[in-house]
Amino acid sequence: MESDYAIEAEGLRRTYRTRTGWLRPRRETVEAVRGVDLTVRRGELFGLLGPNGAGKTTTIKMLNTLLIPTAGTARIRGFDVVEQTREVRRRIGYVFGGDRGLYDRLSALDNLRYFAELYGVPPRDQKRRIAELLELVGLTGRERERVEGYSRGMRQRLHIARGLLHAPEVLFLDEPSIGVDPVAARELRRTVAGLAANGATVVLTTHYMAEADELCDRIAVISGGEIQALGTPAELRSRADGRRVVEVEAYGVPDTAISALRGLPGVRETSVEDRGALQLLTVQSDAHVDVQGDVLRELAGIRLGRVDSREPTLEDAYVAIVGAA
Amino acid sequence: MRTLRTLLIGTLLRAKHLSRSPFEVALALVIPLVQATLAVYLFRAGDEPHRLLEAAVGAGLMGVWASVLTGSGGAIQHQRFEGTLEIIMLTPRHPVLVVLPLTAATAVTGCYALVATLLWGRIVYGIPIDLAHPLAFGAATLACIAGLGMFGLLLASTFVLMRNANALANPLDYPIWLLSGMLVPISVLPAWTAPIAAVLPTTWGARALREATVGGPVWPSIGICLALGTVCLVLGAVLLKSFERRARAAATLALA
Ligand SMILES: Nc1ncnc2c1ncn2[C@@H]1O[C@H](COP(=O)(O)OP(=O)(O)O)[C@@H](O)[C@H]1O
Ligand SMILES: [Mg+2]
Repeated sequence: MESDYAIEAEGLRRTYRTRTGWLRPRRETVEAVRGVDLTVRRGELFGLLGPNGAGKTTTIKMLNTLLIPTAGTARIRGFDVVEQTREVRRRIGYVFGGDRGLYDRLSALDNLRYFAELYGVPPRDQKRRIAELLELVGLTGRERERVEGYSRGMRQRLHIARGLLHAPEVLFLDEPSIGVDPVAARELRRTVAGLAANGATVVLTTHYMAEADELCDRIAVISGGEIQALGTPAELRSRADGRRVVEVEAYGVPDTAISALRGLPGVRETSVEDRGALQLLTVQSDAHVDVQGDVLRELAGIRLGRVDSREPTLEDAYVAIVGAA
Repeated sequence: MRTLRTLLIGTLLRAKHLSRSPFEVALALVIPLVQATLAVYLFRAGDEPHRLLEAAVGAGLMGVWASVLTGSGGAIQHQRFEGTLEIIMLTPRHPVLVVLPLTAATAVTGCYALVATLLWGRIVYGIPIDLAHPLAFGAATLACIAGLGMFGLLLASTFVLMRNANALANPLDYPIWLLSGMLVPISVLPAWTAPIAAVLPTTWGARALREATVGGPVWPSIGICLALGTVCLVLGAVLLKSFERRARAAATLALA
């Protein structure tokens, strides 16, 4: 009963129960995901984009059988993720960011041999498959070195090779570029794009807008455990249509000034990003209202740098979507 | 066949990983020397020099057991810390196939203690290594690895299901040494311990090794050791399945 959809999910929810405190333990529940519906077609490169704590990892772990949903159902190629775990696991790969999840004291080759065995890659295919994957992720020639000496980017590439050993139809990539340098991150994106071009279904989570924009066929913006917007990058970008953006570099803006900006007529969205000593204020407004003068008036007395007015980008659309949540 | 291959390769690669831990290496160098010394002085004091080799073998097996107990008891928890538990649980195989190599590997690295104890005994105390049945000794060693590995699986799955069960691991060291007759013959122990000893794979592994050392039937003991190990394996498999289900519900496969 294989389905034409790679992934179908309806009403997925997940709460965590935690205990905090030691002398007087307090029970808390966290609603990490609050009703997610998704369908991903075969061969699609699907992005799950959202800030930290939005529920991306939790969603992925429900889809890849690591977590049982509190409510709702999900199927991978038609197989239920709660009950038909073996069928699901045969068809999926899972790669997460960060440098854990490998055996550091073994070489890359031994790591891959170990997982190839566990993942049931037929013995006669193992050698060829491992060589292919080392080539794909650019580790050929370094495979006999112990992983403990690898850089962050090399580990991440080895992780990807590991996740692909059994040629999964659906690949889950949870923030694969986290902590990887920009050059390695670009390589990584090229690899991911190549996988999708070869027919794999890829679900990628990230909190980098640009990464999702560059790679994904469709993006679900998730925040507070709910999908806030879903569409192609172009569709999401149009969410910011009819808006104008003012960017101001400033030093030491008090919170009161920011609230004042939010209250200005015509202002839709205000965000602050710290860049060292400098703060970058981004103010989105309706395009027909010129708010630049008002903004500068509110910031009177504060040391300012560059001031700029521009068309909205996908990033602004993302900020608008998450901000509205 | 595929399953055996997976277990074998898994165990060997896992043992390779373990044997590269500085902590394990340091332990492996020191413990056998202590064991050999213990064996010699216990038995010299007891005025039974002809049983020195037997004592050294028993002491070596204590080393294997110590390795299995510390290594297997925390095997799953350890994977959780390394961040690999989720990845190995995601394999499309029964969790036993994933966890047994972890525990069997601790028996394999433990065997080094057995060999090293005999060597130290030979070098430092001049205990001759003349085994009654060298071939059967090899077979008994393999049976010990398999039996203890399967026993280790039961421990691993029990400990992971019970909160803080690791605290139980350390005190288990000595009773099992004693009960299984690694240290002193079972015959000198109180009668009530006999039924417990009879169901421990370690007892029969120790007995097989002893019989191969000083002479005896060996093979029946090997058979019983493996049979009891298989019982542990089946129980462990049931517990592991239940652990997996619970951990997926409680979100405990990864560190929070
Ligand atoms: N194991 C856990 N126990 C308790 N709370 C958790 C656990 N994992 C995640 N959370 C909480 O659930 C929410 C969503 O987390 P997560 O899915 O990891 O988000 P994301 O991957 O988008 O950063 C966060 O508030 C996080 O603190
Ligand atoms: Mg995450």
